[in-house]
Amino acid sequence: MTLSTEKRTLLTVITESAIEETLLKDLEKLGVRGYTVSDARGRGGRGVRDATWGEVSNIRLEVICARTMAETVLNHIQSHYYANYAMVAFLQEVEILRPEKFS
Amino acid sequence: MIDVVILFFILGLIAGLLRSELKLPAALYETLSLVLLLTIGLKGGEGLAKQAIAPLLPQLGIVMMLGIAQTFIAFLILSFVGKLGRADAAATAAHYGSVSVATFAVATNWLMSRNIAFEPQLTIFLTVMEVPAIIVGIVLARGLSKQTDWRALAHESFLGKGVTLLIGGMAIGWAAGPEGLAPIKGLFYDLFKGALTLFLLEMGLIVARQAGELRKRGMFIIAFGVLMPLLSALLGTACGIAMGLSVGGITLLTTLAASASYIAVPATIRLAIPEANPALSLAAVLGITFPFNILVGIPLYHWLAVELTGVMV
Repeated sequence: MTLSTEKRTLLTVITESAIEETLLKDLEKLGVRGYTVSDARGRGGRGVRDATWGEVSNIRLEVICARTMAETVLNHIQSHYYANYAMVAFLQEVEILRPEKFS
Repeated sequence: MIDVVILFFILGLIAGLLRSELKLPAALYETLSLVLLLTIGLKGGEGLAKQAIAPLLPQLGIVMMLGIAQTFIAFLILSFVGKLGRADAAATAAHYGSVSVATFAVATNWLMSRNIAFEPQLTIFLTVMEVPAIIVGIVLARGLSKQTDWRALAHESFLGKGVTLLIGGMAIGWAAGPEGLAPIKGLFYDLFKGALTLFLLEMGLIVARQAGELRKRGMFIIAFGVLMPLLSALLGTACGIAMGLSVGGITLLTTLAASASYIAVPATIRLAIPEANPALSLAAVLGITFPFNILVGIPLYHWLAVELTGVMV
């Protein structure tokens, strides 16, 4: 049996947990319908962020949506947050079931 | 006599500096800070129930002005002596105008283990001194700009974890009174010292992590981390004497003035002044000021209060 999958874009944002709430508010305003947030830790241009306490903890935010929406969100966060916050964001193509969920 | 809680702080500090594997679960740190905040709130509320509230209002005005004055002074020093940019100076000044609950907890423990009494309204002072400095810091960085989302910032400052638990604890302590609190005394009052001990172990580890940043920042920030609390302490002592507080009360108010926030302020300032470097403020506050206050400051502030009031306890 072959699954009938469709292609969508997965946007992943790894950033400071300090801006989690503001970021999620922005996503809602831009029309994102669903997302997943998880705690993360790692190392990068702003040093070790090992989540040992609040000020150095990171989140990983994932959104599956249409390519245009993903680009809108990416543009928005690039202009608003890249300059001042620890942030990495990237797009990937993924195959999904139930396409009506991920517009 | 050295307090056992301080020994645990030193253990954490040394373990951290030696890069020991020691690590406390993040959830434990959160739980301990919750217990400490609630205990301080409950205790303050219980004491407040025994006295009239109205005469305290002018005192609240004075301590708010104290926090605001400290923020301005710190901003001027950081800008003109330290030559920091406007955003960094304003952000760091906000930390120093505000207060540290952990430092306050260590000071109350220091006084209690020596049977030195203090006024219950110090808990309210702790609560009202948290926020004004944040607002002053943002205004110093931005001016009264329309871009600042004051609603969101007010929400973040007034309904943050610290203020919510302190005010909530005070309200419950005030309403319940000593008899109402008796059943939960075991968790909050009796375990306070133990909770503080573990909390300070973790604080030692956190402070040790600032060492690298401090090495990068150099002498000015280290000197500022020691001299700013001393300057603030003198202002705090003067306010305490003017209000007619007891020696214990003056010691605590002085400690509050000398302490610098590392939880409420960084979280709000990170959102409000994003271009300020949070590592700089935290290196000064956590790397220098917090250990200075708990190791040297508190006994010194008590000595100052005794000398200036002429009352030996």
